[in-house]
Amino acid sequence: MIFNLYIFDRLGTCVLYAEWNRKKPANLPKDEEFQNMYGMLFSLRSFVKRLSPLDCKDGFLNYQTSKYKLHYYETPSGLKLVMNTSTDVGDIRETLRQLYGQIYVEYVVKNPLCPLDKPITSDFFKDKLETFIKALPFY
Amino acid sequence: MAVYSVFVVSRGGSLIYDIDYNVPKTDVEKTFGYPLDIVLKVFDEKLTVDFGARDGIKIGHYLLAVNGRPVQGTVFDDDRTDVREFLGQQQNYPISLKFGRIKLTVNEKIMLASMFHSLFAFGCQLSPEERSSGIQILEADTFKLHCRQTLTGIKFIVLTDPRLPYVEGLLKRLYELYSDYALKNPYYSIDMPIR
Repeated sequence: MIFNLYIFDRLGTCVLYAEWNRKKPANLPKDEEFQNMYGMLFSLRSFVKRLSPLDCKDGFLNYQTSKYKLHYYETPSGLKLVMNTSTDVGDIRETLRQLYGQIYVEYVVKNPLCPLDKPITSDFFKDKLETFIKALPFY
Repeated sequence: MAVYSVFVVSRGGSLIYDIDYNVPKTDVEKTFGYPLDIVLKVFDEKLTVDFGARDGIKIGHYLLAVNGRPVQGTVFDDDRTDVREFLGQQQNYPISLKFGRIKLTVNEKIMLASMFHSLFAFGCQLSPEERSSGIQILEADTFKLHCRQTLTGIKFIVLTDPRLPYVEGLLKRLYELYSDYALKNPYYSIDMPIR
């Protein structure tokens, strides 16, 4: 089951937030939640890099609590995709990579009317994202 | 299939116990000609590789020794002369440099433990589901972190090889050992480092 998806650009702006089966509403205003999320990811990245006994290639991949699992994928250009799912979902790096390559690049980067550092407003992109997510086997 | 290290973090987020087991070696020694094709920079008062990863030497590796002379920070360990000056002089080449990761110092471990303490709390807070625990398993490509928080708030953290499944049994056993041998020690005061 997929709960929600965050996309952050390399400066930490949340360019997209979408949710599907989220049961607990956020008790914070949205922008504060995005800041917290980005801050946590930032610390997680440096935490993992320092703690690692060997040299990291990808670094942080995912974490899991008793109720959910957070998957993280970062492109070399610094775009960060974060997806929260239920704990029974395995490794979905490939899915996140497809989401980046087939949806974000196709319908945001190739759309000249979409500024890359602002929240995405394109309805076309949102439709495509919705279709992509709903077609996933673990949706 | 190995356990790399174990940490115990108190209720307040301070590190009360840590131990390392079979940490893998990453040292690489190579001979270089002039000019050096690796760019070094000073990070955290130590010389690290900033650019030019090759032959097993990776970005972020520390300079450990020059021609077998150990390096301490940015100076030689024996006569405290500057390493960068030595590397800049052409007559010293060819030169043999040893690079590798260095073990975490106690201070860094304490810092990372309290960092994990707050990450754990953020994990609960940002949950999309009601009543979630904090981080139990954290995966990276080189290791896996397993954490178990007891009802009293003590965290047992185990770092292992990424292929290992959740080591619940080991975490439970650690808690038993802690209750038996740390808490039953009359000279032990709670939340203080275990000696």
